[in-house]
Amino acid sequence: MTKPDGLTRRGFLMKIGLLFNGAVGLALAVPILSYVLSPVSRQRKSGYDSWLSLGDLHQFPAGQTRLAKYRNPVMNSWDGETADIACWVRNVDGEKFQVFAINCAHLGCPVRWFAQSNLFMCPCHGGAYYQDGSRASGPPERGLFEYPHKLESGKLLIQAGEMPTPGRAANDSRGGSGCVQFVQFNG
Amino acid sequence: MRAVRAIQWLGEWFDQRLQLGRPIREVMEHPVPRQTASWWYVFGSAALTIFLFQIVTGILLALVYVPSAGEAWNSLQTLNHQIALGWFIRALHGWGSNFMLAIVLIHMVQVFLFGAYKFPRELTWIIGIFLLLVTFGMAFTGQVLRFDQDAYWGLGIGASISSRVPVLGPALVKLLLGGPIIGGATLSRFFALHVFVIPGLLIAFVGLHVLMVLKLGVNEWPMPGRIVRRTTYVREYHELTAKDGVPFVPNAIWKDIVFSGFILLSIAACAVLLGPFGPGGQPDPTIIQTAPRPDGFFLWIYAVLSFLPPAAETPILLIGPVIGILVLLALPFVAGEGEKSWRRRPIAVLVILLAAVSLGTLTQLGEHTPWSPVMDAWSSQPIPVQYLKDRTPLEHQGALVFQAKQCHNCHSLGGEGGKRGPALDQVALRLTPDQLVRQVIQGGGNMPAYGKNLNPAETTALVKFLETLHPSGQTPARDASRSVALR
Repeated sequence: MTKPDGLTRRGFLMKIGLLFNGAVGLALAVPILSYVLSPVSRQRKSGYDSWLSLGDLHQFPAGQTRLAKYRNPVMNSWDGETADIACWVRNVDGEKFQVFAINCAHLGCPVRWFAQSNLFMCPCHGGAYYQDGSRASGPPERGLFEYPHKLESGKLLIQAGEMPTPGRAANDSRGGSGCVQFVQFNG
Repeated sequence: MRAVRAIQWLGEWFDQRLQLGRPIREVMEHPVPRQTASWWYVFGSAALTIFLFQIVTGILLALVYVPSAGEAWNSLQTLNHQIALGWFIRALHGWGSNFMLAIVLIHMVQVFLFGAYKFPRELTWIIGIFLLLVTFGMAFTGQVLRFDQDAYWGLGIGASISSRVPVLGPALVKLLLGGPIIGGATLSRFFALHVFVIPGLLIAFVGLHVLMVLKLGVNEWPMPGRIVRRTTYVREYHELTAKDGVPFVPNAIWKDIVFSGFILLSIAACAVLLGPFGPGGQPDPTIIQTAPRPDGFFLWIYAVLSFLPPAAETPILLIGPVIGILVLLALPFVAGEGEKSWRRRPIAVLVILLAAVSLGTLTQLGEHTPWSPVMDAWSSQPIPVQYLKDRTPLEHQGALVFQAKQCHNCHSLGGEGGKRGPALDQVALRLTPDQLVRQVIQGGGNMPAYGKNLNPAETTALVKFLETLHPSGQTPARDASRSVALR
């Protein structure tokens, strides 16, 4: 039985069927999307930023910058070596500390410390930083990333768990901003 | 005789059910313009052959490879050293990847120069652009699966670039890495991309691409003066193939087959002679004595990243690729009609030359990374003897400072050392002693300031040494006003 507008019973049932599938699709899309986006949505839950020990204070002599390691707080048993992260610890004067991320503020390559010239240098695109982490030269737009840290019962603790990247509204560039301006005046 | 009849019967039995005989015969017999049965028209089919070859070698590798951050590197070592000819399969897959990118790029250049993207093949070109992008996607994700130091830090570079996207950056990083850091989740998702998602896209796009080539016909050989018009092209093309066409099989396809065989043989030869790619050092982020570098086809991007001025880097990184892809996609709509022949399209030829020279130069620079300090120059590359002979003790002391303070990492002497800063062999001709002191202490022009790291005695010694660096017979730079001022 054809109605004036051409809609048949079977055609109508097909449309109902499509609508039904659309509704089921939407209902399934919600859990699927939340699964796919779980690395993002998990952001502020426990683990991403925890206080981690870098070891006893006496490993970091005053006036020196030393490589330290920590184990990433959020990890799976199959992470292997990638769960170990390195960072640079600078003991400024025995009381004041700075903890720099290993990642260059340009594109994340591992920076190396040169104690003789008091510079951090990056092997990828030639970024260089002064001992306080501020930008010295090269493509980085800012100083090295710093981890928040505190001293507790003879140990150095840092808050870490996320790879620092230039776009992230990173904790800050306390080590650098003042000196960055200084360099620009002279540059 | 009976055997032949049995085969015939079997063939008919299947065809009655599959109904594929006629369409296949039509594809084989369809006429193509006589001149397109040419060695210039073999690159598309060669790319398809390599793709199929990559699927086969990829499956063979997947029999052993373990897509786990903790085990991937070990499983690659097992493939290289423990399993009979495992190294060969890895080498075939790695070289196959390089050949595929190269052939796809050559195919694209040929299509562009022959005007094949014009009406009615616009969509074939657009799908081709998608194919180019997913092929690069395969190369990048494949490089990650070779889970070594370069892969680890390459992921860091990818994350750092993604993080610069406004607003969405941090979320993108976590999506890319599967979490807040590079770890087990990262490798798993790159495995899924490399083995399921991108190959799925590739198969779909390749299917459409080939279907359109068959439906629309192979692009005729471009003749200067033969103008493409939307109103007449299809009729003219059919007239051409009817009048001067040859059957696709075997007249055109024999060259495709021979060339594909030659390419597969070349891949095998490279694999045997040059071996597999890596893996490099273990993916241990606490081993920082490494200079990460991407694979060959990404070196030009690596070079670009070192030359962009810091302030312009983020916008260029984010907007540049979008513009580039949009230009490629818009090409058949902007230039969908007109001349096909490269003889009448000088701008097109110049664009290809410019692109080739630029990419070649940047790749060459990426190979040598002159912008990076040579991290061990200060301890492993001595100052040439002629710069030390017959010098005063103070100047010798300055040479020691030059080495000990890592100046050599960025400045070369006698061709040895870094290229980040200028070579200092003749620095005394360019800068007066006062200018040298100023440059050392304050830095500038991309040089760090050494004021805090050198005591006055070290600075004096260093500058005394630098003052000796000029060709004998040429007087060093001097401040002409000085003699007057000091009188």
